[in-house]
Amino acid sequence: MSKTSELPSGQLAPQSADLASLIQGSPRVVNVGLSGFAETLAAQGVAVIQVEWSPPARGDADLAMLLSKLSD
Amino acid sequence: MSDVRQVLREANAEAVHRMLGAEPVLIDVVTAADAIPDLGEGMILHAGPPISWERMCGPMRGAVAGIAVFEGWANDLEAAAALAARGAFQFCPNHDFSAVGPMTGMTTASQPVMVVENQASGNRAFCTINEGLGKVMRFGGNDTSVLTRLAWLRDVLGPALGSALRSSEGIELKSLVARGLTMGDEMHQRNVACSSLLLRNLAAALASTCGDRATLTTILSFIASNDQFFLNIAMAMGKAITDPVRDIKGASVVTAMSRNGTDFGIRVSGLGDEWFTAPVEMPEGLYFPGFSAVDANPDMGDSTIVETIGLGGFAMAAAPAVAGFVGAGAPSDAAHITHTMREITLVENPEWTIPALDYQGVPTAIDIRRVVETGIAPMINTGIAHREPGVGQVGAGVVRAPLACFESALWALGKRLGVS
Repeated sequence: MSKTSELPSGQLAPQSADLASLIQGSPRVVNVGLSGFAETLAAQGVAVIQVEWSPPARGDADLAMLLSKLSD
Repeated sequence: MSDVRQVLREANAEAVHRMLGAEPVLIDVVTAADAIPDLGEGMILHAGPPISWERMCGPMRGAVAGIAVFEGWANDLEAAAALAARGAFQFCPNHDFSAVGPMTGMTTASQPVMVVENQASGNRAFCTINEGLGKVMRFGGNDTSVLTRLAWLRDVLGPALGSALRSSEGIELKSLVARGLTMGDEMHQRNVACSSLLLRNLAAALASTCGDRATLTTILSFIASNDQFFLNIAMAMGKAITDPVRDIKGASVVTAMSRNGTDFGIRVSGLGDEWFTAPVEMPEGLYFPGFSAVDANPDMGDSTIVETIGLGGFAMAAAPAVAGFVGAGAPSDAAHITHTMREITLVENPEWTIPALDYQGVPTAIDIRRVVETGIAPMINTGIAHREPGVGQVGAGVVRAPLACFESALWALGKRLGVS
């Protein structure tokens, strides 16, 4: 914000321009994990890419520890 | 710790080398007694991990009763079931005898079995002949029509196929399967192309060795009318490929996935012949007219050996038509399934490629570490049997291998390697 104030009137810093575009334009979403969020957005016409992810070993900390010892 | 990782790396490289280097050839059809000398009187090999009569599902019990009558160990189905309940028969997994069997997987002494030799390592694997569709023993059918067909397989088709194969140099299966994949087969629920290619390979030899024209006509008609005829050959091929991978110290590659209608079991290379089991899942799929999910039996059969070598559900992208048949979605979903199976396998098979995926190879060598880490369970294409004995097939679908098998196997592998 401090950088913006140093520019000539009416000009935005590149970061702020990106931020404005993000807020004013259509959202483009990458959803990681639970697909329900992506499905809800897609149903409303939002561009969304679903990335399938779940916690290693279904969240079992002991198994995850074992995996860490056996995996490259 | 780095030593353990090095052991795993080298062991899995060897496992992959053996799987991809296999040279399976269909060489003969002989009686199960000839193929498996230890298969004695009163002994019944079945699909899946070990199971007692008390824990067997309906179709498995139906098949046991039927095969006991077929072998002459009982006069009728009721007497056969009573004998089974009294412990008169010895039940053992096919997998313990270099064999596999679809669905109920009955293998007994007098049945003909197809012999696939892995000419890279010299081992042989066996599977009974596919009976066709409808009411059949592999789905728990056991009436007179079923037993009559089995007798024809034993007395006519088996010997004829054996003579034809012995008169030739056998049928090299790796290239045949490669062609089948480019023609829309995935070798579990779709075997149309490979069955046709097999018949084309066998026809001349059958014609030259079968002396009776009427018999030849019946044989050719039987094979030609069964789109799934090749399935049992693909299964014996899978067993011939995976058996040499057993017992490589430290290897985390799956060497068998199998189910008996009650339990799902896996074997892992670094853990020898130990089974890791969990309750079997219920397939999701489409049903024949007049049947629904309430009629279905849980997942069953040794046929998951084809997924173990990268075919079946793993090769779904090669057979988009199957995705619809088994209720797994659209053709684009088929590609997605194959892509997902890459997450849990070590390599692509460069000789078994899928045109629709720009000739990427089928995902091969399931790594239990990756299954546990990702939570992605192997996808299996399967037929669905009626839950009552004697009815037969009621549909086809997909099912997942239970993750619990892979988790318990991983604990055992860690222990074996001194890591916990």
